[in-house]
Amino acid sequence: MTSVIGVLFDGLAYGSLLFLVAVGLSITMGLMNFINLAHGAFAMIGGYFSVWLTQKTGLPFLATLPFAFFGAGLAGLAAERLLFQRLYKASHLDQVLFTVGFVFSSIAAAHYFFGAGQQFVSTPGFLQGQLRVAGVDLGKYRLFLIAVVILLTIALHLMFAKTRFGAQVRASVDNQDAAAGLGVNVGLVFSLCFALGSGLAGLGGALGVEVLGLDPTFPLKYMVYFLLVVVVGGAGSLRGPLIAALILGVFDVAGKYFIPQAGAFIIYVLMIALLLAFPSGLGGRRA
Amino acid sequence: MTLHEPIAIGRLASPRPRLAEILLWLTPAVAYFLFPDNLALGVSIMTYAVAVLALDLALGYAGIVSLGHAAFFGIGAYTAGLLTIHGWREPLTGLLIAGAVSLCAGFLGSLLVVRGKDLTRLMVTLGLGLVVFELANRMSGITGGVDGLSGIDVAPLFGVFEFDLYGRTAWWYSYAVLFGVFVFLRVVLASPFGLSLRGIREGGKRMPALGASVESRLRVAFTLSAGLAGISGGLLAQTTQFVGVDSLSVPLAAEFLVMLVLGGTGRLYGALAGTALFLIARERLADLNPVYWEFWMGVLLMAVVLFLRGGLVGALARLWARLRPASEGGAR
Repeated sequence: MTSVIGVLFDGLAYGSLLFLVAVGLSITMGLMNFINLAHGAFAMIGGYFSVWLTQKTGLPFLATLPFAFFGAGLAGLAAERLLFQRLYKASHLDQVLFTVGFVFSSIAAAHYFFGAGQQFVSTPGFLQGQLRVAGVDLGKYRLFLIAVVILLTIALHLMFAKTRFGAQVRASVDNQDAAAGLGVNVGLVFSLCFALGSGLAGLGGALGVEVLGLDPTFPLKYMVYFLLVVVVGGAGSLRGPLIAALILGVFDVAGKYFIPQAGAFIIYVLMIALLLAFPSGLGGRRA
Repeated sequence: MTLHEPIAIGRLASPRPRLAEILLWLTPAVAYFLFPDNLALGVSIMTYAVAVLALDLALGYAGIVSLGHAAFFGIGAYTAGLLTIHGWREPLTGLLIAGAVSLCAGFLGSLLVVRGKDLTRLMVTLGLGLVVFELANRMSGITGGVDGLSGIDVAPLFGVFEFDLYGRTAWWYSYAVLFGVFVFLRVVLASPFGLSLRGIREGGKRMPALGASVESRLRVAFTLSAGLAGISGGLLAQTTQFVGVDSLSVPLAAEFLVMLVLGGTGRLYGALAGTALFLIARERLADLNPVYWEFWMGVLLMAVVLFLRGGLVGALARLWARLRPASEGGAR
């Protein structure tokens, strides 16, 4: 019984991390109907930025997290302005190919600068070890992860629900042309969303070095997971991807724990089943 | 959103060869005598070209973006390899069986793939590719797992021509298979079925009004494409006498896509040109540094998407169209 709770807990932590990385992808895909397979590259940038800062400047890991967020956000903004925005009107095939090309190049670049090996960060002492709650050992770092993601999700929700920018984003997702007609600068909204999404992905990548690992193949290895969160959850919303990410996280961890010989098999079969059962996502506005 | 720019029907309708095409098909034969030391590269170009042609049928003609074609390629490769290891050493029937097994796998896959829209299809093909890869990886008792299948000893072709160390037999064998597949596709695409595929690609909503069942035609196209990819895989197993799990991997499927796009989708010659260019470039550049190559492959892909619509053959066709009126004394 305790193992079930432990697996559930690990799965939730893993799923919330997936959500953190993929939520930006959900917004940008919902907004521009742009298939971005390169989203993981920005998570990787955040992760490497954080690792590099701790190694070069000796900053503690937690202090590098804002840098990971802003670094990846800026990289995302630059990539969107210089490259991706040329493809919003292009066919889905072109978008897929272009972003796959971006993934290949970013993998090679990461390999060139940081080597092929796994990267490590040292988490601060008070986040190491276990916390015993009601007879179950919970990893402190994973509790921290869940807490961070809960806070960020509330902040995102408030931003989308209460602020003027949030209203503009929602209007643009619902109907781009009408929003533009009412004076919303859809291009700017999209650039900011892309930057925000990349920043969150970068933050997720940095936080995830402990959980997901970090090596140059990161964008390819987790591409399916991020896409799955968005496609199953439905693009353009917060709730759908959150539910999808948590389901995915729990199933993946449970599958690897209880049926280790099946490996990643369970998650892929689950993905195909979910895609066929919910062709337009669990709760999205637009698929 | 349409996937492709419309293509003039006149250029595609006739399955009859033209003089330029006959010359083009002679170039490999010339290369055989000019570069006798590079036969292995020629064999691999012609082998992969079959798979890229297959992908062109699915993507360029039927409009199904597939990131899972390596699965069918690999299934064919393992089938051919396992047949030989377990005693069925005759190459031609082995190749046909490899194609047939992939065809069946492709039919099962097509039931899932055809239902969704672009992104769902992409994800489902990707998922299929990953599932098959995981399966092969887990069933190492049969597939050899990470070590791959080795010791594939193919019997002489027609009982006469040994698969020699220099790859001479392999060269002519793959040349013949490639030509056969090309002619087959040419005939299929010029048939009413092929034309209906193009109709679906250009405007899927109107085709039912003409009495064409969109889903069943796409299923047939995907199934055929998978079968041809399996033949390509079988060819790889027989000519290299080795099958690794790489031959099922998603990065290989992405490479097929790159080759096709580089040459130009929706044109059979695009598939051929793209494969040749890609593999020759890799041969030259990967010698320097494999990582280096991956970087440039990414850049190349992005550049083709941004600047070279229709790939290499598409660009050449546009250039030709622009030059021709000028050479006729500025008819415009």
